[in-house]
Amino acid sequence: MSTMKYTEDHEWVRVEDDNTATVGITDYAQEQLGELVFVELPDVGSDLTKGEDVAVIESVKAASDLHSPVSGAVTEVNNALNDEPGKVNEAPQGDGWFYKLKLADPDELDSLMDETSYRASLD
Amino acid sequence: MSENIQTLLTTPLYELHLELGAKMVPFAGYQMPVQYPMGIIKEHQHTREQAGLFDVSHMGQIKLTGAGAAVALEKLVPMDIVGLGALCQRYALFTNEQGGILDDLIVTNAGNHLFVVVNAACKAQDIAHMRTHIGDDCAIEVLEDRALLALQGPAAGVVMVRLVPETANMMFMTAKAVTFEGVECFVTRSGYTGEDGFEISAPADKAEGLARSLLAQDEVSAIGLGARNSLRLEAGLCLYGNDIDTDTTPVEASLLWALSKPRRADGERAGGYIGADIIHRQHAEGVTRKRVGIRPAGRMPVREGVELMDGEGRRVGKVTSGGFGPSVGGPIAMGYVETTLAQPDTVLFAIVRGKQVPVTVAKLPFVQQRYYRG
Repeated sequence: MSTMKYTEDHEWVRVEDDNTATVGITDYAQEQLGELVFVELPDVGSDLTKGEDVAVIESVKAASDLHSPVSGAVTEVNNALNDEPGKVNEAPQGDGWFYKLKLADPDELDSLMDETSYRASLD
Repeated sequence: MSENIQTLLTTPLYELHLELGAKMVPFAGYQMPVQYPMGIIKEHQHTREQAGLFDVSHMGQIKLTGAGAAVALEKLVPMDIVGLGALCQRYALFTNEQGGILDDLIVTNAGNHLFVVVNAACKAQDIAHMRTHIGDDCAIEVLEDRALLALQGPAAGVVMVRLVPETANMMFMTAKAVTFEGVECFVTRSGYTGEDGFEISAPADKAEGLARSLLAQDEVSAIGLGARNSLRLEAGLCLYGNDIDTDTTPVEASLLWALSKPRRADGERAGGYIGADIIHRQHAEGVTRKRVGIRPAGRMPVREGVELMDGEGRRVGKVTSGGFGPSVGGPIAMGYVETTLAQPDTVLFAIVRGKQVPVTVAKLPFVQQRYYRG
């Protein structure tokens, strides 16, 4: 079973039972950013601290940072976004994921929102 | 965005923008559509392939009347206005004492008056500037009750002929008073996208109906300011406030082509405008920096404000406009570099978030201009 968690900055984390997690941005975030034209991903193996700037997202309008919602070591990045950053607009919670990591501190998840709270925060 | 949405002005097409699902943003004191549901990239491509309708009613439309109007306006711009043929128009620049640019504008000889279109963000200052310097020489009337629509793209010509047959065979940078569905309009064959197109000055209370008629044509979609910016950047056209401002001169801005021959140092009506001495000197002696096109390697956009360095790490310039060019299919930018480095294909480095991104000085425009010249 996987668990979805969300941040106030409109990032999502899908956590698996083995404490590996996938990170991306929400549909609301991609909608606000507009069409993406460039994504800069972290290096595999890098150690991330919660809140750290980890990826750059460039839309037709502006550049913004993705802050890592959790701490951990990056195990995989979605290299498909290098050529097709538009995948984030098409499927932000699917093919448009950014990176995977091994959680350093699973307790950090407690400070994130569940789907119901996140949806409520958008209203 | 510090502007309070309540204090922003709206154009006569405001309700139509909302109906079309536009995302509205503050721009030069107005609530303007930055994009519609189609999205910026598709809006851009649609304009390049068919025709886009832009609301540019926020721009200032001004009428200068009186026998001395052309002579008077020449005191403020380094362009030939006296020699501007009837129903012809010309790109012009208001200059300051330092030769810097106060605004860029389009001047049309409308027959019995001059019709001037200026940038929204500068219009109050432009009107004051004209009143101060030439207010005694001609009558200056701000056309507050006119909207301005731009129809741009390769299909603009056929669409206009269908709706307003009198526009057939109008050449680029010419004008005509026409009747569009019974409404008196002043149409020019011009624009800000690099494509063929028209700008239609219409009474504010009739603008929505005309816009709906244009949008009812299969080729036409509503296009927002987002695509307007990427279209003009690909076309190598300056955005006032970014690429030209009070600290840049027409010579530095690579706008020598716009300085009319009769107003140059060896011309029959040389100088006589504000800042002429400096501009003439720069024209003769050259300048230390120039506006150029910049093509970043890879996919990362290089945006306004980014510093440019040479191979030795020396600061040699700055980006003034930059982003993604949908028709180019990659990042594009414009900026100022030292004149010795302004040759096309010169390799420089843009400093983006601490990293060096290789960029190449490029010829402008990035896409071929497709103006209608007959």
